[in-house]
Amino acid sequence: MAGIIAIIGAIITLTFLPDVLAGNTVIQTLQWLPTYKLNLVFRMDGYAWLFSMLVTVMGALVVLYARYYMSPKDPVTRFYSFFLAFMGSMLGVVLSGNIIQLVIFWELTSLSSFMLIAYWNHRQDAKRGARMALTITAAGGFCLLAAMLMIGHVVGSYDLDVVLGSGDTLRNHPWYLSILILFALGALTKSAQFPFHFWLPNAMAAPTPVSAYLHSATMVKAGVFILARFWPVLADTAAWFWVIGMAGLCSLFLGAFVATFQRDMKAVLAYSTISHLGLITLLLGLNSKLALIAALFHMVNHATFKASLFMATGIVDHETGTRDLVLLSGLRKAMPITATLAVVAAAAMAGVPLLNGFISKEMFFAETLNLPDYLEVSTWLPVFAVLASAFSVAYSLRLIVQVFFGPKATDLPREPHEPPRWMLVPSAILVMLCLLIGMMPQTVIGPILASAAQAILGPALPDYSLAIWHGFNLPLTMSLIAMGGGILLTIILRPLQKRMPGQTPLLYRLDGRTFFDGLMNTIDTVAYQVMSLFSTRRLQPQVLWIVVITVVVTIMPLLLFEAWPKLVMRNIDLPFTLLWIIGACCAMGAAYQAKYNRFRSLVLLGGAGLCCSLTYLWLSAPDLALTQLVVEMVTTVLLLLGLRWLPRRMTTEPASDKGRAMVRRLRDMIIAVIAGVGMTVLTYLQLSRPRPEGVSSFYLEKALPEGGGSNVVNVLLVDFRGFDTYGEITVLSIVALTVYALLRRFRPPRESLKALEDRRFRQSGDTAAVDDDAELPRGTMLVPTVISRFIMPISTLIALFFLLRGHNLPGGGFVGGLIFAAAVILQYMMGGIRWVEDRSRIFPQYWIAAGLLMAGAASIFAWFAKLPFLSALAADLDLGPLGHLHLSSVMMFDLGVFAVVVGSTLFMLVALSHQSLRFYKKASAETADDNQEGNPISGNTPEAGLKRDTVDPPSPSATPNDQGAPSWN
Amino acid sequence: MELILSIAIGIMVGSGIWLLLRPRTYQVIIGLTLVSYAVNLFIFTTGKLTTGAPPILKKGVATTLANYADPVPQALVLTAIVIGFATTALFLVVILALRGLSNTDHVDGTESQ
Repeated sequence: MAGIIAIIGAIITLTFLPDVLAGNTVIQTLQWLPTYKLNLVFRMDGYAWLFSMLVTVMGALVVLYARYYMSPKDPVTRFYSFFLAFMGSMLGVVLSGNIIQLVIFWELTSLSSFMLIAYWNHRQDAKRGARMALTITAAGGFCLLAAMLMIGHVVGSYDLDVVLGSGDTLRNHPWYLSILILFALGALTKSAQFPFHFWLPNAMAAPTPVSAYLHSATMVKAGVFILARFWPVLADTAAWFWVIGMAGLCSLFLGAFVATFQRDMKAVLAYSTISHLGLITLLLGLNSKLALIAALFHMVNHATFKASLFMATGIVDHETGTRDLVLLSGLRKAMPITATLAVVAAAAMAGVPLLNGFISKEMFFAETLNLPDYLEVSTWLPVFAVLASAFSVAYSLRLIVQVFFGPKATDLPREPHEPPRWMLVPSAILVMLCLLIGMMPQTVIGPILASAAQAILGPALPDYSLAIWHGFNLPLTMSLIAMGGGILLTIILRPLQKRMPGQTPLLYRLDGRTFFDGLMNTIDTVAYQVMSLFSTRRLQPQVLWIVVITVVVTIMPLLLFEAWPKLVMRNIDLPFTLLWIIGACCAMGAAYQAKYNRFRSLVLLGGAGLCCSLTYLWLSAPDLALTQLVVEMVTTVLLLLGLRWLPRRMTTEPASDKGRAMVRRLRDMIIAVIAGVGMTVLTYLQLSRPRPEGVSSFYLEKALPEGGGSNVVNVLLVDFRGFDTYGEITVLSIVALTVYALLRRFRPPRESLKALEDRRFRQSGDTAAVDDDAELPRGTMLVPTVISRFIMPISTLIALFFLLRGHNLPGGGFVGGLIFAAAVILQYMMGGIRWVEDRSRIFPQYWIAAGLLMAGAASIFAWFAKLPFLSALAADLDLGPLGHLHLSSVMMFDLGVFAVVVGSTLFMLVALSHQSLRFYKKASAETADDNQEGNPISGNTPEAGLKRDTVDPPSPSATPNDQGAPSWN
Repeated sequence: MELILSIAIGIMVGSGIWLLLRPRTYQVIIGLTLVSYAVNLFIFTTGKLTTGAPPILKKGVATTLANYADPVPQALVLTAIVIGFATTALFLVVILALRGLSNTDHVDGTESQ
């Protein structure tokens, strides 16, 4: 498996070989959203080619290395998949031709590196390190996105080519500074530069192949990659120098200083990475073309020797079981080849001549000397550079000397020996590269470097030479001083290191991780406090806010309104006024009584509803009046059914918080009054304005000729706007089913059950006399029950009458359905649930289904006649003596509506009424506990009236019976 | 007549909103019903008030808005009334479930402190 992956990596590398050395840029665009100009653009120029080679070749080598490093217990498939994901996203960053796309791939690298660092996710330090890395790099990515958006806005396009050509526009724009800072945040967080460097040492908890790939060669290089990529656009200003250059300088020095005191080999390498990247960043910040070339060169070199060193560390760790510099010593004899490779790589890191590190260090020194007299820096920058180099020599030397030379270590966890050959091969290849580039730079890497530089700087490159020997000049002296100084430092610092291993003097108290953790904790606390201040779980404040905001939003236009109409007092219709005096009193009474006497409030609500219905009638809306009337009735029954489950009404206010309750009430009263007044004003305003242009005349004109009916409202509902009505009956069915489902699990509180039981005892005389087989229902109300038996067919007739005449006269499916449902409910009320259900053949759920199907069929019929959905088909039949019959598919639709309305209403109300039946039995069965599937039958001895019980439990259809469903099966 | 109706709607809305803000579930459901009646009336009034001219087409009368009431708001309100009933039922059942679960009829699920 690993072999296949490595080969894939190699093939990818190979496909890039026939390349763009000629200086052309290869662009490939994949169309994605052309209308928004969002396309996937992949762009390869010399610079991108260099980096892609780096990424892919390194990837192949590390994969080979990892094959031998990972132990058989590790889930390698996960490792390789994340690895490849990372390689892909890194290539995406490098090859992006669109700056937004670049940011997307940037974030993908953050994500995949997170998964890789946390690979050994049973380890606490791995998880913590990964989280820290992700937080910092993702925050940086966010800043980078902001910067890219601003750049795109300033330049006018998100295409990289366009952006790269508009350097001056950007530099002179007033937004330049903020763009620069956001951009720097993005790049510096990714490359672990000061002050965002502390995530890198914590990310060393990753497996060593990951560190070798990510933290030396690719991911951290992404930051400097975009610094160089955007160099022609953003650089060449003082701000750039100060922000980027100084960050680089600090990292350079700090990294080198701290690295000399570390105890873990990987920590040394981590800080050294920070230091070398600081070097690159500083070079990029110097605003000089030669420095840019030096930076590019060092990017490649650093990748080679750092990765090789990480691999060597991994080998040591793998073979001996530890990376601790205090414990390790004298491994030269046990693993000679490893030692040689490590020595060469470390020498390259230190800048020893004949290796690639030396050449780039030389160029670095030369550039620090060539600064324009910018400010005060030009004098002591070279000094700092030399010092930092001295430290870097020191830590490289220490690493090698400590680990490989000296007496043989005695107390190592494992017995060290030479690793398998293939594990050394990647390291060897990299070291070979170091040597080759070091000895023959111009031949090996010259053209590639030139093309990369040309991609950034344009065809005219400044004069430089990659020769090894430039003569005895200042940079060479600086190198020699650095090397000497480094050796001295090693010797001087050795006793210090022995005394306090792992502790950096002066700096060990400033731990990046504790700072980071502290910051995260503060953010958490603040967020929690804000949340507890503004959010609530209680309903009342939420409703209050909703109401207040609605009122405010609606009132505002009213207050700004200019042309107030005059109050017209002429046609005060006295009966109408009287009607609404009653109605208003009912409404206010309902509001007043709702707390203390629920029944009264319900009745008053019914009164208000009746007034509404009369209003509709008065104002020429007969259909509405009918519907409102019956709905009013059904609502009253509904609420009555629910009343029994609410707790005893309160007669007095609990004395505890009278004051606060008074304030609350006052506040609510004020809001209500404002809302009421506002609504009044709004309605009056609306009524006094002229009628707007609308579609009503269309419907009035077309109802009879095209709809075939004279009741325009009904024609609207079932024909013109039939689809809306279809949606409405669907909603009705859904609500009915929901009500049923909610009531299946209904568990009443104890006190209601107790009240039920009391009632049972009180009324036992009457209910004992209930005989389920009787012809007429006998129970409490004898006369009404007899009458109701005769009323049923008449009510059915009336309901059908309203249904059938709906198309031409007030009526229709809704009204008819509601009337029929009300009639059935009347039966329930008179005869009792059991009596009715023994005789009833109305199964509400079937009616709902049938209704929906009929309405659907009526709509689909039109397709057979090649008409659009919901067109009406009409046929006229001449039935001789019976007269003329006008049939229409609309009638079937209306019938469907009828059925659904009947079904849903009955379903809801009957489900509610069954609750008391269900708990009636339970209360009598003396099991006050919640017993859901429980005992429908046993323990149900006593009353004759309740004897009539259901089917045996084993039959599955029985259980729904006692769940509150109507007792049909 | 417009004035009376506006006042009536305003009173109903006021009572409804007052009830909505109260802490007992029963008050909330009555409040919602009142508000829905008032809002239905309001939507109905967008079609301007006419008396004695229901939108039932008669032979010989020109089919213009001068002769008949506006049918579109009426159709809208009819739908609204029926669905309002359905949601009232649903809300009632939710109240009952809350009552069963929390043993109180306070809207917050717990008695206020």
